[in-house]
Amino acid sequence: MSLRWTIADTLVLAGRQLRRIPRQPDLLIGYTVQPIMFVLLFRYVFGGAISTPGYDNYAQFLMPGIIVQSIAFGGFVTALAVADDMSKGLIDRFRSLPMSRIAVLAGRSIADIALNALQLAVLIGVGLAVGFSFGTDVGRVVLGLVLLLALGYAFSWVFALIGLSAGSAETSNAIGFTVIFPLTFASGAFVPPATMPDGLREFAEANPFTTFVDAVRHLFIGGEAAPANSDVWMAFVWVVVITVIAAFLAVRKYRSVSAG
Amino acid sequence: MSETPIIEAEGLTRSFGDVKALSGVDISAPAGSVLGLLGPNGAGKTTTVRILTTLLTPDGGSARVAGLDVVRDADELRTKIGLAGQYAAVDEYLTGRENLRMVGRLYHLPTSEARARADELLEQFSLTDAGDRVAGGYSGGMRRRLDLAAALVARPPVLFLDEPTTGLDPRSRLALWETIEERVADGTTVLLTTQYLDEADRLADRIAVIDHGRVIAEGTSDELKRRVGGERVEVTLTDPSQAAAAAEALAPISDGHASPDAASTDRDGVLRVPLRSDAGGVAAAVRRLDAASVGISDIAVHRPTLDDAFLTLTGRPAEEVIAENGELRQEADR
Repeated sequence: MSLRWTIADTLVLAGRQLRRIPRQPDLLIGYTVQPIMFVLLFRYVFGGAISTPGYDNYAQFLMPGIIVQSIAFGGFVTALAVADDMSKGLIDRFRSLPMSRIAVLAGRSIADIALNALQLAVLIGVGLAVGFSFGTDVGRVVLGLVLLLALGYAFSWVFALIGLSAGSAETSNAIGFTVIFPLTFASGAFVPPATMPDGLREFAEANPFTTFVDAVRHLFIGGEAAPANSDVWMAFVWVVVITVIAAFLAVRKYRSVSAG
Repeated sequence: MSETPIIEAEGLTRSFGDVKALSGVDISAPAGSVLGLLGPNGAGKTTTVRILTTLLTPDGGSARVAGLDVVRDADELRTKIGLAGQYAAVDEYLTGRENLRMVGRLYHLPTSEARARADELLEQFSLTDAGDRVAGGYSGGMRRRLDLAAALVARPPVLFLDEPTTGLDPRSRLALWETIEERVADGTTVLLTTQYLDEADRLADRIAVIDHGRVIAEGTSDELKRRVGGERVEVTLTDPSQAAAAAEALAPISDGHASPDAASTDRDGVLRVPLRSDAGGVAAAVRRLDAASVGISDIAVHRPTLDDAFLTLTGRPAEEVIAENGELRQEADR
């Protein structure tokens, strides 16, 4: 398959996904209302009991964490949609067409960027409303936004792989909530890892989610509380590694997958 | 026939774990014909179609479609085939028109041609009015029509239809049959799988009966029926004790290899006698029974159906085989 057709097919499939977005109001609500609920829950219900030394308030500490979690876990709808395409026979149809073997998933992941951008805008708006404020310059804020969108892109591929492997929305659901979701909590996203018991603390410190969150904290807030360390460039390395591995495995799975 | 078949498979085998879905399938179809793959669920029909449409690679054997090997030339083959599967594979959130345009673009038609082709197919499949509504709101029959239209976007010379009418109401089914017949009239070669005998009888030029992963019989509908035997007359007697007299009266018009003794009356008091093809049919039977003063309460000529053929070929009625294979099929799917 030539590069030209690969790009053309990918754009056709991205167009398919973008057309679908406004026709699925329930999906849009899930994408926007759920993260808002999480912000309010952590900020006002748990926030008072969580001590975050060095930060002006809990909202400062929380927002980078909750944004990273929402952006990463937002790819979950990709798993559901891919599993749905498979059980409805659409993946079979695409595989019987003379089109690029990566276009279905690549098109999907590109369209996901639009959804993630929407979610990012909603979350930052809510964050500002509950007391979050940027403490760095425009350049670093923009770099932070780029990192978040790249992270969302990487997780689109992770969830596409989960959707293809699971083959049904129910199984995708189970994998998402028992593997990925807890991983985001066992990190520095919501509380400082220093407060965790031994074992869990080491795990949280090594968890790439902690790296992502610390990188975003540095780029959005900066100052002594959020030093750069190696987090920013390590975060980009993680994003590239996750994208490459997940995309490779997902495309390989797509080539051999079959409808129930 | 000197003509090279456009669909040709030899010794296809495929297993899913411990379940042997295909254990040596041989089929062939000349260009412009309709080959019906008839068999119960789990017999291996869908697996055969999936191999021929490049969705699955066979463990053994080989197959060529339109002169292209289904494994080695898979990329090129995909430009020559259309597939309408069991699922009515259309995007529910796109309109009918958007679905067809998308498929056209993915067949690499120029944008303007993909648009024109979508309009043309909507018209042909009586979907023009529904063309700008999302497919999620379509009825089952409309979805199948859209699915079939999508398979025809690139005017493929070979069309694969996997149980195209399963789950449709009788009216939609008839409409879909007519549409398929129009495609065939245009010269498209069709491989059709079905578990409905009447469907194979109506649409297929030749039928391959498939059971337990292999083709157990192949021929035209009439040939398969003939293997079951010819016509037979069924007489319901007013007085069952006259059975012997009736059998004797009918002996001269009975099929050679059935002596009067072989003519049987069932518990229901119906006498069944196989008829010689040149014997004059039911009229001759009535005259002979009258002459012998045998009282007739009802008389009918029974022509063998594909159901009878299936029963004879598999040793079991079609429904029984379907029920029995249901579990195997579910295992094979995993």
